[in-house]
Amino acid sequence: MVETIVFYTLSGLILGLGVAVITTPNTVHSVVFLVMNFLGVAVIYVVLEAEFLAVIQVLVYAGGIVVLYLFVVMLVNLTRESEAHQDPRRLSLFGLALAGVVLLELAGIVVYSYGREPPAPVAAAATSPVQGNVEQIGWLLYTDYLIPFEVASVLLLVAMVGAIVLAKRELS
Amino acid sequence: MVDIVLIPLLKIAVVVNAVLVLVTIMPLLERKVQGWVQSRLGPMRVGPWGLLQAIVDPIKLMLKEDITPTKADKWLFTLAPIMAVVPALAVFSVIPFGGDGLFYITDINVGLLFIISVTSIGVYGIILAGWASNSKYPLLASLRAAAQLISYEIAVTMTLVSVILTAGTLSMVGIVEAQQETGLWFGFVQPVAFVLVFIGGLAETNRVPFDLPEAEQELTGGFHTEYSGMRWALFFLAEYANMIVIAAVVTTLFWGGWLPPFPSVDALAFLDLIPGWIWFLGKLGVFLYLSVWIRATFPRYRYDQLMRLGWKVLIPIAIANIVVTAVVKVWLL
Repeated sequence: MVETIVFYTLSGLILGLGVAVITTPNTVHSVVFLVMNFLGVAVIYVVLEAEFLAVIQVLVYAGGIVVLYLFVVMLVNLTRESEAHQDPRRLSLFGLALAGVVLLELAGIVVYSYGREPPAPVAAAATSPVQGNVEQIGWLLYTDYLIPFEVASVLLLVAMVGAIVLAKRELS
Repeated sequence: MVDIVLIPLLKIAVVVNAVLVLVTIMPLLERKVQGWVQSRLGPMRVGPWGLLQAIVDPIKLMLKEDITPTKADKWLFTLAPIMAVVPALAVFSVIPFGGDGLFYITDINVGLLFIISVTSIGVYGIILAGWASNSKYPLLASLRAAAQLISYEIAVTMTLVSVILTAGTLSMVGIVEAQQETGLWFGFVQPVAFVLVFIGGLAETNRVPFDLPEAEQELTGGFHTEYSGMRWALFFLAEYANMIVIAAVVTTLFWGGWLPPFPSVDALAFLDLIPGWIWFLGKLGVFLYLSVWIRATFPRYRYDQLMRLGWKVLIPIAIANIVVTAVVKVWLL
């Protein structure tokens, strides 16, 4: 009961902040709303007893990525003048079409899943020999999902090397 | 109801108030110690030995006029000090002041990660303060501060990985209990990590010798130049609260938290007579004093030196420390 109330309150808050992100004319304000939005999502993770995910959500998204957004938004002069030669309605129509596709997809999911039993929780979590949030995620990452995990880390390494190469271009 | 609402609220009230009292005492300690280092007396006029200065200063700040510059972004200008203070105080919810469940607000199994992630939110207060002031020096200072914070955060976080490896847990209480089982404070097991975390902590709290964001000669005061009165005091409060956070984290991770020295030696068992929270506060005081002492002793770094130290010295040492810790943990123990 309490969880339901908390969930719907938070969801309303998160959706409201999301709307605020895209409707605020000031870009820095909308980045601040985005931070609050991510913090709200982190609280939802806590309610779902996924503390590790919640903390990582705050650390990576709210604390890391959005800081970069803020840097870019503050340092790049965001004026609308460069779009003067374009037809503004074309972008809006494109956005409307995209939004329509997403809406159809969501509706499809709702229709498909209506009246079905929710899927059983992932069995691996129950059979893993360790307790606790962090331990279970670590266990799964290094057993069942070892190859995706390693591929992701190689991808990050490549991105890092790429960034260094781009930044150091004048040396060659 | 009493157990899940009232008692945690009481604990939160006690901890927040204790931190705020400590924050008002810190500037006095700082001025006194710096006075002694420079063969002066420090503040002497208000109360005996100037002790009432700690009460008079906050009153003065509360009574001062709180100015918002005309061209400032009013909403963010008000929000920025709040975003600086809240994370600094929120961190104390997972810091164990004693071994008994009475002496910490909560013990979550991701305690250390919680501290890292919540302190990373504090950077918004600094960036937004500089931007919202709509004034060039605060903006420059806030960019400096943010770059410094992010750089040293990487070094500190990587160093903490080796502590997590040693302890085998992320819970703050669990880390102290691991030190009890080992019989050694982790400061003796991980001396390199301790030095890295302490240096990184000084840099993250913008303390001398890393106080470039407040370099008065270059920036007319730092990211809070346009602030006055209580909103300025909130930044001040956040900074000292963060100092206490660093001292508390260092105490918990490396110097045994509430444990007496060498908890496994029987001959020293009489030290258990002193309650754990007194040990904790004593160690906390040592590290707070140490940071004041460093401020009175060292000159400020230049900006390129600061970045070189962070990226080319601290981060490689931190990575090497992780590798060495992992090798020792897996093959030698």
